[in-house]
Amino acid sequence: MSVTFSAMQAPLPPIEDRGGPSQPLLIARGLRKEFRLADGLFGGRTVVHAVDDLSLTVNKGETVGIVGESGCGKSTAARLIAGITPADDGEVVFDGESFWTPRTRIDAERRRAIQMVFQDSASSLNPRMTLTETLAFGPRAHGVPTAVARTYARDLLAAVGLPPSRFAERYPIQLSGGQRQRVNIARALAIRPRLLILDEPVSALDKSVEAQVLNLLVALREELSLSYVFISHDLNVVRYIADRVVVMYLGQVVEEATSAQIFAAPRHPYTRALFASKPSLDPRRRIEAPPLTGDPPDPVNPPSGCRFRTRCPIAEAVCAAAKPPLAAAAPEGEGHKVACWAAQPGSGHSLAPRPMGALQ
Amino acid sequence: MHGTFDSSDIDAVIVPVRHFSYRRVVLGRFMRQPIAMTAALILLAIVLAAIFANVVAPADPFQTRVARRLAVIGTEGRWLGGDELGRDVLSRLIYGGRISLSMAVLPVAIGLFVGGFLGILAGYAGGRTNMAIMRAMDVFYAFPSILLAVAIAGALGPGMMNGIIALSMVFIPPIARMAESVTTQVRSYEFVIAARLSGASTGRILREHVLSNVAGPILVFASSQVSVSIIAASGLSFLGLGVSPPYPDWGLMLSALRQSIYVNPWVAALPGAMIFICSVCFNLVSDGVRRAMEVRR
Amino acid sequence: MNALARIISEGSGAAPSPMLSIAGLNVAYRGGAGWTPVVRGVDLALAPGRSLVLLGESGSGKSVTLRAIIGLLREEGARVDGEVRVGGRDVNAMAPDELLKLRGNEVGFIFQEPMTALDPVFRIGDQIAETIVQHRGTSWRQAMATARELFDLVQIPSAERRLKAYPNELSGGLRQRAMIAMAMSCDPRLLLADEPTTALDATVQIQVLLLLREIQKERGTAMVFVTHDLGVAAEIADEVAVMYAGRIVEQGDAAQVLLNPSHPYTHALTGCVVQGSYRDHRLGELAGAPPDLAQLPPGCSFAPRCARRQEDCRLTDPARRPVAPRHDVACLHAADLPAGTAGGR
Repeated sequence: MSVTFSAMQAPLPPIEDRGGPSQPLLIARGLRKEFRLADGLFGGRTVVHAVDDLSLTVNKGETVGIVGESGCGKSTAARLIAGITPADDGEVVFDGESFWTPRTRIDAERRRAIQMVFQDSASSLNPRMTLTETLAFGPRAHGVPTAVARTYARDLLAAVGLPPSRFAERYPIQLSGGQRQRVNIARALAIRPRLLILDEPVSALDKSVEAQVLNLLVALREELSLSYVFISHDLNVVRYIADRVVVMYLGQVVEEATSAQIFAAPRHPYTRALFASKPSLDPRRRIEAPPLTGDPPDPVNPPSGCRFRTRCPIAEAVCAAAKPPLAAAAPEGEGHKVACWAAQPGSGHSLAPRPMGALQ
Repeated sequence: MHGTFDSSDIDAVIVPVRHFSYRRVVLGRFMRQPIAMTAALILLAIVLAAIFANVVAPADPFQTRVARRLAVIGTEGRWLGGDELGRDVLSRLIYGGRISLSMAVLPVAIGLFVGGFLGILAGYAGGRTNMAIMRAMDVFYAFPSILLAVAIAGALGPGMMNGIIALSMVFIPPIARMAESVTTQVRSYEFVIAARLSGASTGRILREHVLSNVAGPILVFASSQVSVSIIAASGLSFLGLGVSPPYPDWGLMLSALRQSIYVNPWVAALPGAMIFICSVCFNLVSDGVRRAMEVRR
Repeated sequence: MNALARIISEGSGAAPSPMLSIAGLNVAYRGGAGWTPVVRGVDLALAPGRSLVLLGESGSGKSVTLRAIIGLLREEGARVDGEVRVGGRDVNAMAPDELLKLRGNEVGFIFQEPMTALDPVFRIGDQIAETIVQHRGTSWRQAMATARELFDLVQIPSAERRLKAYPNELSGGLRQRAMIAMAMSCDPRLLLADEPTTALDATVQIQVLLLLREIQKERGTAMVFVTHDLGVAAEIADEVAVMYAGRIVEQGDAAQVLLNPSHPYTHALTGCVVQGSYRDHRLGELAGAPPDLAQLPPGCSFAPRCARRQEDCRLTDPARRPVAPRHDVACLHAADLPAGTAGGR
């Protein structure tokens, strides 16, 4: 009974691959976004550096996880990449061609290459539209005749596991959270994107439903050769779905590595603390001391130098003096990058590895 | 196993679909509110009477009879008394509904279209467009509504058309402000962002996603303004800035009859009572609609 | 005598009278046509100083059970049957003023969202002192001193300054601590917590969990903790009661229930958790969704989703029965499960 995407007659053409398999699907460079909050009676301004110099590469068929706590800028990053929030600086290159720069707008036809799936909420679907109307909207906007789009919408429902005979004419309020999330995914896929940005797609769901949705996402990724940017605060979920992981703290990337590398040997003290804060699931092996104390600082006044230093167990004078660059972590080879003075040879941090010259 | 897509087991356990139309639900909830329903029925009666005034009214509202001047309530042929020229007050009240209600509803309707359009535009566009539109609205907002209506009507001169124009100007800013605030909210919802991501044009998004979600609150707000409008419209006529004699209008009648308030207070109070009843009823009805539209879980 | 009460009396020589005991609790809310049951025959007992986690997904009735303990449900228009005893006294028989006293003096409550308990227009210190004055009748000065001590107890740094702060001036983690301080202000013997760490970041969540554990140890407070998160349950629970569709389907020692689940639902839940799973391994999943409480299926309410259901599951609603010491399960076929009674301790 199941309809699959590959068997479906999609009314929109696929987006042609231009750069070939070695060309990264998405390159985001130096993304920057400040939010200005009008503050106080006399027009004093406070500035929140929501995203500060974020660069990200997503290869074809790859899933990149972005991990961090609330306020670390991961959701803003998602909206910047998708071009929903205009960036102050930076650029996004999609399959070798410019997607946007601060001065150019995104072409309506090319825009469909990147779609988003949001956290399940009451406002993730239009409460006044039936599921068919919701799913037909995108294709219609791209010139697909209404009747064709509606038929296609029913196929889409079937493909995400919602039998159209029962679901086509329902309104969002008549769905459970997991079902709504399936519709959210179908809506994003309706116009045949190549990259899905998933912003906490399973965070609002119950655990048993979470597994259903994750399994669906994995199956769709393979079937449609999609790439994902998967944003979550849940390390277990990211570990399950991502090939590569980016850890953010207060608007900056602090560590980046393959899933295997980072879960085997996290290098940044924040990443370590984050991993250590994960409950064990075994009542006989409980966490005995909190890995970190205190809350993340106010992003309006981030600490100088390394933004993590106020909570960092190994902070030293050098950490306050300058911001550590995101650089290759010393012993590991490729792909593992960390922004921590303690990992930079010759940084002056007492735990830093000796510079290569000194070793010989 | 591709079990994910097989959802034959989902059905056994999920809420049975209740196919319902949103409008029917709201209507049903509205009808379960006795006070709002009563108000709606009273309004309906007044409106129907005004529309079919030539059938309902017992006498010609323009026919004067000296003998019946200021006739008391219950006089034969002048069941609700006679006015200062001996015309039938009951018939004039019924006919008066035509003008008074039009003067109350039309400005709000105009305000709804113009203010709604401006507000949705400002709310969806945001940024500078929003600033320009909303600051312009604020200029009008600075004056009390009645004062503003009087000032504009005074500048335009008396007459029903000018009264309606003056009142429309009064109702555009508050409705625009209301529309702006709900649109700003809806604009931030994920389904609107998803629609923008899909590459749909702004016009299409406004038509299909935004309008259906902001129309309800804006309409309810506008309908609550009718109760203000009816008083303002009567006020203009009372001051001689609206309809001119001999046309029957509640505000005008009140103005004329107030001189006989010591002779025949009950008759003089009647047009005022009509204004009061309509205003309160409009208020109760719009309140009832608002309550019926509330999302309950 | 229900199995659990027996277990507790067996547990230690001099049986401590339970801090909390619930017997045959049924709760129904008015729904579309008639009453919809949300809690169906819950039995619980909790000894002083112990912590019990009510584990379940949304709509399982866990929060409703929690609110029943302080008699909040009648005020919400629910129909409540059964017995709820706190410190031996029947909550359902209490007069409104007795209930108020109970809520302040003997039972503390922590919500998911601190702002529901903290008034945004008053300073936090004043709010806590106010509670203390009201319930204990001490002087304001004394109450403020106690508030200060409480802030130390919940490990709020720069306590003096934070006491003078307004709730919105604190971060999420500090607000949650402040609410715990408020709940502890009258030194309750029973603490009720409704998903208090769900909205917090991972690094802050574990701090709050450890804090609660510490407070419990230090003050000997019993605690009922509601969560949907197995990891949180593992960190905080002495005992776990798993709820599904308004019933407790499995209850027992935390390690037993979480590591050797006997009920197919608990089994599936632990299988759903992505813990340690790697890419490309299909997650164990639980098909379907919880039943509509207004139209429960006949027999075991989990049967429609159960991988191990048999003919008789649709006929009988299984009663709870022990499968091991301190571990009972409401499933007709629990013994057939591969995991389960095998010595988990």
